[in-house]
Amino acid sequence: MTDKLANNWTQADDRMVEAALRQGASRRDIMRLFVAGGMTLAAGGAILGRASSALAATPVKGGHFRAAGWSSSTADTLDPAKASLSTDYVRCCSLYNRLTFLDETGQPQLELAESIESADAKVWTIKLKPGITFHDGKALTSEDVVFSMKRHLDEAVGSKVNSIAKQMTGFKAVDPLTVEITLASANADLPTILAMHHFMIVADGTTDFSKGNGTGPFKLETFDPGVKSVVVRNEDYFKGPVPLDSFEYFAIPDDTARVNALLSGDIHLAASIKPQLLRLMEGNEGVESSVSTSGNYTNMNMRLDMAPGDKAGFIEGVKCLLDRELIVKAVMRGYGEVANDQPIPPMNAFHNADLKAQSFDPEKAKSLFEKAGVLGETIPVVASTAASHSVEMATVLQQAGSKIGMKFDIQRVPSDGYWSNYWLKAPVHFGNINPRPTPDILFSLLYDSAAPWNESQYKSDTFDKMMIEARGELDFAKRKALYDDMQVMIANEAGTAIPAFISNIDAKSNKLKGLKPNPLGGQMGYAMAEYVWLES
Amino acid sequence: MTGQIARLILARLGIAVITLLIVSVVVFAATQLLPGDVVEILLGQAATPEAVAGLREAMNLNDPAIVRYVKWLAGLIQGDLGTSYANNMDVWELIDSRLANTLRLAGITTAIAVPFSLTLGILAAVYQGSLIDRIVTTSIISIVSITEFMIAATAMLIFSVWLKWLPSISFVDDAVGISGQLKAYAMPVMTLLVVVSAQMIRMTRAAVIEALKMPYVEMALLKGASRSRMVIHHALPNSVGPIANAMALSLSYLLGGAIIVETVFSYPGIAKVMVDAVATRDLPLIQSCAMIFCFGYLFLITCADVIAIVANPRLRK
Repeated sequence: MTDKLANNWTQADDRMVEAALRQGASRRDIMRLFVAGGMTLAAGGAILGRASSALAATPVKGGHFRAAGWSSSTADTLDPAKASLSTDYVRCCSLYNRLTFLDETGQPQLELAESIESADAKVWTIKLKPGITFHDGKALTSEDVVFSMKRHLDEAVGSKVNSIAKQMTGFKAVDPLTVEITLASANADLPTILAMHHFMIVADGTTDFSKGNGTGPFKLETFDPGVKSVVVRNEDYFKGPVPLDSFEYFAIPDDTARVNALLSGDIHLAASIKPQLLRLMEGNEGVESSVSTSGNYTNMNMRLDMAPGDKAGFIEGVKCLLDRELIVKAVMRGYGEVANDQPIPPMNAFHNADLKAQSFDPEKAKSLFEKAGVLGETIPVVASTAASHSVEMATVLQQAGSKIGMKFDIQRVPSDGYWSNYWLKAPVHFGNINPRPTPDILFSLLYDSAAPWNESQYKSDTFDKMMIEARGELDFAKRKALYDDMQVMIANEAGTAIPAFISNIDAKSNKLKGLKPNPLGGQMGYAMAEYVWLES
Repeated sequence: MTGQIARLILARLGIAVITLLIVSVVVFAATQLLPGDVVEILLGQAATPEAVAGLREAMNLNDPAIVRYVKWLAGLIQGDLGTSYANNMDVWELIDSRLANTLRLAGITTAIAVPFSLTLGILAAVYQGSLIDRIVTTSIISIVSITEFMIAATAMLIFSVWLKWLPSISFVDDAVGISGQLKAYAMPVMTLLVVVSAQMIRMTRAAVIEALKMPYVEMALLKGASRSRMVIHHALPNSVGPIANAMALSLSYLLGGAIIVETVFSYPGIAKVMVDAVATRDLPLIQSCAMIFCFGYLFLITCADVIAIVANPRLRK
């Protein structure tokens, strides 16, 4: 790279670049310079007054909304199948629609679809709303839906949901407004799966996605990958025109710079800011924060097929030694929720509320380590800023371990290449999982014996059978009972310690109205542009 | 003698071309050594083995490295930089406007930094040990010690957040009118100026002091030449070579080294493209950026050498 050429390129600069790569890693040392006298811990939650609640006000028409996300690169895309970062989701939500979308409680609601029905959860009939047009004037038909779905199966497309789409084995355009999708096996979650951002509907035959031709609330004006996008109101939007005239979106990867841009009035919203930075906003009348907790978590993975995870008692010991309260309070500055070692978040309808989180119990941990015969040994733990908060979590564990004679050696590795070199591979390491809309997706991705990302190599025939059974079960109560038991199995048997769910904080100008916290993630589940308005 | 100058210059240019060729091999080899795999990164949290294999096949990544290198070089010679792996856009399309932005930023910075550094450097040298010299050298040392990130972030805090004079986001393409452009460029240019000038001033000062110690300068002084004449006519021509080299080294930093400025002020330049490309293992993009940086560096160094050759009094008739 260029550092060979530049004669005043210092290690600090290298660190900066690394940080830029990591898309806004914490830059404590620099923060310290800014926040003289160190940080005081924000007592859980509201430093800046209450999280913005949507006022029951009438939206004001007009205005140019400028918002900055936290990551953007030359890989930015308007192809829903390839969308990979929040930046892509926000843009896609402004240009396209899905057949269904998830409301604030995570329940699927109809968007482009007028109805989605199935008698056996295997053959699904989807009727489209009539009279919807794409930005280029073309009418939306069942052919567009078939094309949009089939794309995910083509490996050359590189779709992010290729593995989820694989269960769709048959597509039929019954008539211009009716599609029939056949699944390989029954899956009652299809309406929720179709609400994933990647399943947005594009026009039949599209190969060039840089035009952003969708049915959505905005039309594309300019798009420059890694720089920014500008979209303008679609007057023919099938739900009726949205309040905003136009919406400009880009990323400011540096956290401090992003907050400063908000404070200087250059943007109306700074997405996903670190809790530490809320101090910069204190005492500033014009800004407030919006907090939402979705299913994002950083977990500690101990492989069951390798030492020390294969020794009975070790994993349970670590789960007892993780001080969850402290992790939420100190590592996440109160912006998180204690979790119970399983991946389904509290706001999900299938969350097992009776399954209590393992409490911090160093004594019990000590006896368990003794039983496993590892007490006094040095256990290497691989952590990286790639898995957010993992280095700090490992430190909390190390501290607790040192008090009971357990040595955890934190091996901090670079974030670049972490997911291909260490994750899933090292005996003890950290992972970071993005929210997924259904338990089935989480389980089949992470805990099924054949799961591609079985982080701890958890294998259980009973679990696999229950997963298939629950998948085709249309009765909610029966399904919930199955999922409840499966969560208990994961919490007790798998080698994945999930200490907390991480909250997302968006900072915004108080001129921006209508932004509600959403369980699907920040920026109103990435769909904010359709709903917010600006007070003049 | 002018024939000799022409020969020397041609030789320099020849060396530059050969260097570029060698660099292309090194760049390509280096990208092959990067850990991680573009396909896995593209698929992110969806990289199942089948999906990875399918996409690799579709992207022709299974060709031997030598075949890919020759294809790339052939394209490069014809001015075709290839297609980005990450979003299937033409590489040139992705970088043309951003390269222009970087060159503009570098140009403005150079136009201010060079005269500024020359003046200060020469002044400090001529009045060596005086108050002026001490002020200049001390302030340089102090400024060099502050990291660029700190300067940029502090500038933003003062001018954007507190005073609200300048925009915190330097989207130069949207800036309206002369005042808008000035505002958009102010902080990025100021930050880079601080970074590159310091080095240039020190080198200029050192080169001129070195020249002033020469016997012929003393001779001129003894013959009664005025102080200013002595500096401009006798000392300076002999320090042009080293000064030009120092300038080239400092200015080469403006291409790839502007990453911090680009990051903090959201300036859409090419350094960030390189960082993005490395993060996504977008090899065609990495290679193109690396070649552009190397070309810029070689261009500056070659210019400096040519200036040194032309300015060398011994080669003059």
